[in-house]
Amino acid sequence: MNRPVENQAAFALSPETTARIDRIVERYPTKASALMPCIWAITDELNHVPPGGVDFLVAKLEVTKARVYEVLSFYTMYRTEPQAEHVLQVCHNISCHIMGARNVIAQMEKRLGIRMGETTPDGKFGLEGAECLGACGHGPVVQLGKHLYEYLDTAKVDDLLENLRKGTVPRADTDRELEA
Amino acid sequence: MSGKDLRILSERFGRNDGHKLAVYEQEGGYKALRMVLGGMKPAEVREVVKDSGLRGRGGAGFPTGVKWGFVPADADDVYFMVNADESEPGTFKDRYLLDYDPHQTIEGTIISCFAVNAKLAFIYIRGEFGWLIDRVEKAVEEAYAAGFLGKNILGSGYDLDMIVHKGAGAYICGEETGLINSVEGLKGQPRIKPPFPAVSGFLDKPTIVNNVESVAAVPWIMNNGSAAYAAIGTEKSCGTKLWSVSGPVKKPGVFEVPLGIPFREFFNDYLGGMVDGEELKAVIVGGSSVPVLPAAEIMNCNLDYESLASAGTMLGSGGMILISDRSDMVELIQVLMHFYFDESCGQCTPCREGTGWLHKIVKRLRSGAGTPDDLELLEHVCNGMAGLTICPLADAAVMPMMSFLEKFRPEFEALIQETAPAAPTARWPRGEQE
Repeated sequence: MNRPVENQAAFALSPETTARIDRIVERYPTKASALMPCIWAITDELNHVPPGGVDFLVAKLEVTKARVYEVLSFYTMYRTEPQAEHVLQVCHNISCHIMGARNVIAQMEKRLGIRMGETTPDGKFGLEGAECLGACGHGPVVQLGKHLYEYLDTAKVDDLLENLRKGTVPRADTDRELEA
Repeated sequence: MSGKDLRILSERFGRNDGHKLAVYEQEGGYKALRMVLGGMKPAEVREVVKDSGLRGRGGAGFPTGVKWGFVPADADDVYFMVNADESEPGTFKDRYLLDYDPHQTIEGTIISCFAVNAKLAFIYIRGEFGWLIDRVEKAVEEAYAAGFLGKNILGSGYDLDMIVHKGAGAYICGEETGLINSVEGLKGQPRIKPPFPAVSGFLDKPTIVNNVESVAAVPWIMNNGSAAYAAIGTEKSCGTKLWSVSGPVKKPGVFEVPLGIPFREFFNDYLGGMVDGEELKAVIVGGSSVPVLPAAEIMNCNLDYESLASAGTMLGSGGMILISDRSDMVELIQVLMHFYFDESCGQCTPCREGTGWLHKIVKRLRSGAGTPDDLELLEHVCNGMAGLTICPLADAAVMPMMSFLEKFRPEFEALIQETAPAAPTARWPRGEQE
């Protein structure tokens, strides 16, 4: 599996993330209960939690290292290794499967030249299977960052990948036009 | 009352302004909260909700007001959690509620918290709903700024804080004690009951966990009274239900209808039937964990808790998956068994091992290497799982497995009799990812 080489530099968080973590710890009833949102805060800045981040959480929340790692490994969205720039998570559960997720997955594999679970050699695209994403009536769907691209077919897959390659992120179906 | 004009929960669905506090208030929002905090006692609110007949919409169908009543009267530290970990395959209604109308759920949560004297509420949203988390966080900020949250809400002396808690990808956190452990910063593994969370939950304090759809109905019930809500639906299945509809129907989506309407009417009038060229073969009516029914068995069924139970299935979360004659039932059960195997938390041996075995046996059948004993083996494994674990995830795998096997046995048998295994294998393009 090709993954970007991990940056071994000393662990440091931006003042914004540090302040965000302080606010989280203040709001949660116990320090230990703040673990999940603190992992998210680190992930939002670094896209994963490096070993230094684990040590930081151990000190900040007064929990054991084992506790941090068991939580990091239990939840599928937490990462301890750097992720690809665009992680495409395609739902392969029942409703999306019925509506053609197989074709969507096959098209992505073909266009990216990788198999499910792999990352492109340039670290730009990661392709993963996902269990139900809560968009069953809008399937097939793929998750990218905070949003979902829905009602996928091979043409929409081509369009999405083409845009991402060019550096533009097309408007997602869940990114509705809202009145301000 | 006609279903087509009855919108208790879905009034602002499909609109691009329903997320705004000003719009919600203009349309009667936060009126119920003002009334409740303007002089009602928590016990009175509990009584109204109990009398309304509202039942938990997450899947279990337990009466909401009764659940609230289990909190010890003298408890001072009470926590409230809104379960928006919506992960049951086929279900996407809570997403609509929070996307189109976040303030309805927030108002319902505040009233519910007052009813059980909670001082801190969590809205637990699954991590995959990134955009929704932003939407709800913004709405919670608006509610704080308007004085609906925080200290001394609307001058009533009642204090409540609200935290939006982001999940991180674990189906099991939808189980209420798994959800509580998750908020404590632990693996989301369920706890043995009793003690029930209403007595000892988050940090061993009384904790109520309610589904989004349950709390979202509370403002309407307070505004219109328990009798008005109880008058909708059937005698035991009161109110409306949001149905999440997926599969090859003409109009998939989320629909609000009174409980008890005939499936046939819902299927024809709301969903427009199947897409052209496909016939309805089977329906998983309440999310992937409930038993499947062949088309002929559901066609004359009504959509309420009791009718579906007597038909041998469950209303569950209302995640209705319609399956056409183009689908191979063994292929679909392989998809589902992969899901339960993947999502078993690993705590109880019958579930951790059993879900894996079920998946492997179905996979072997589909590879053409199945033996005549395999169907009995599937039943044997199921019998070693059902009812024998801490939480219902094992049952959630067993119910679809056993019902697929029972109702569509010839499709399983055909795989054993087939001599050429190449065809079914080729239809499974995902490779050896498990």
